Amino acid sequence: MRFSIAATAALLLTGNATLASEFERVPPVTHAATLKECGECHMAYQPGLLPAAGWTRIMDGLADHFGDKASLPPDVAADIRGYLTRNAGGGDGQLVRITDQRWWLRKHRFDPTVWQRRTVGAKGNCEACHRTAAKGLYEDD
Amino acid sequence: MKSPLLLAAVATLATGVALAATADPNRTKILDGYAAQAKAQSPEFAAFSADRGRALYLGPHSGGKAETPACAACHTENPTAQGRHYKTGRAIEPMAVSVTPKRFTDPAEVEKRFERDCPNVLGRACTAREKGDFITFLASR
Repeated sequence: MRFSIAATAALLLTGNATLASEFERVPPVTHAATLKECGECHMAYQPGLLPAAGWTRIMDGLADHFGDKASLPPDVAADIRGYLTRNAGGGDGQLVRITDQRWWLRKHRFDPTVWQRRTVGAKGNCEACHRTAAKGLYEDD
Repeated sequence: MKSPLLLAAVATLATGVALAATADPNRTKILDGYAAQAKAQSPEFAAFSADRGRALYLGPHSGGKAETPACAACHTENPTAQGRHYKTGRAIEPMAVSVTPKRFTDPAEVEKRFERDCPNVLGRACTAREKGDFITFLASR
């Protein structure tokens, strides 16, 4: 809780409040195809968590999606690409991993062994700690 | 008078349930399609085999990704159990048709998953016979 207030205060001071990625809330995914197709293998990350250039790179690279083949039929892929890029947030468009974005790293400075816990498994498993992450609510609990 | 009617009703229900579990018309159509392809690819093809499907499911195979040497790597060795994505930890509904009756009833969905997961597990596309064997195995579970 103290961290939350400090983070909010820091946000106000640095004036980064316009970046969706700086909030602990991002608009939830409302697009059925994105929820279904992305959500089959991982939480359907909210479009606000990457800039449009990042989503474009992701959607260009589905044949090798972080080492897995995650190809989609062209019409479905185009639909999802449109939704993600239209609703994208801020950040570094060169970095395709949300967990490499500077704002993410700033908020996750702790013992790295936490990622190896069986209940966590990977940095991308937001819901392991943020129970309401799928709704776009990233509480610090 | 009442009891024969009741018996007939029970018999009808029981048959209906048995049919639903073993022979969804959409699944039959998908299997028929793969059988036609398998026959075209190899004239000696006779029928799909749940045993071959089981061997394919359990592996281990060597051509694909090191982390996923078998379907069972994510879906577990027991197809009636809930699976877990090897990297993200995302829960996967059981593969067995007895537990997840909608499995293998949407041809586009079935092809999408084979197109992705055969390269992930085998390092190559699956043949029509392998696809049919796989579905036949899981429809029997």
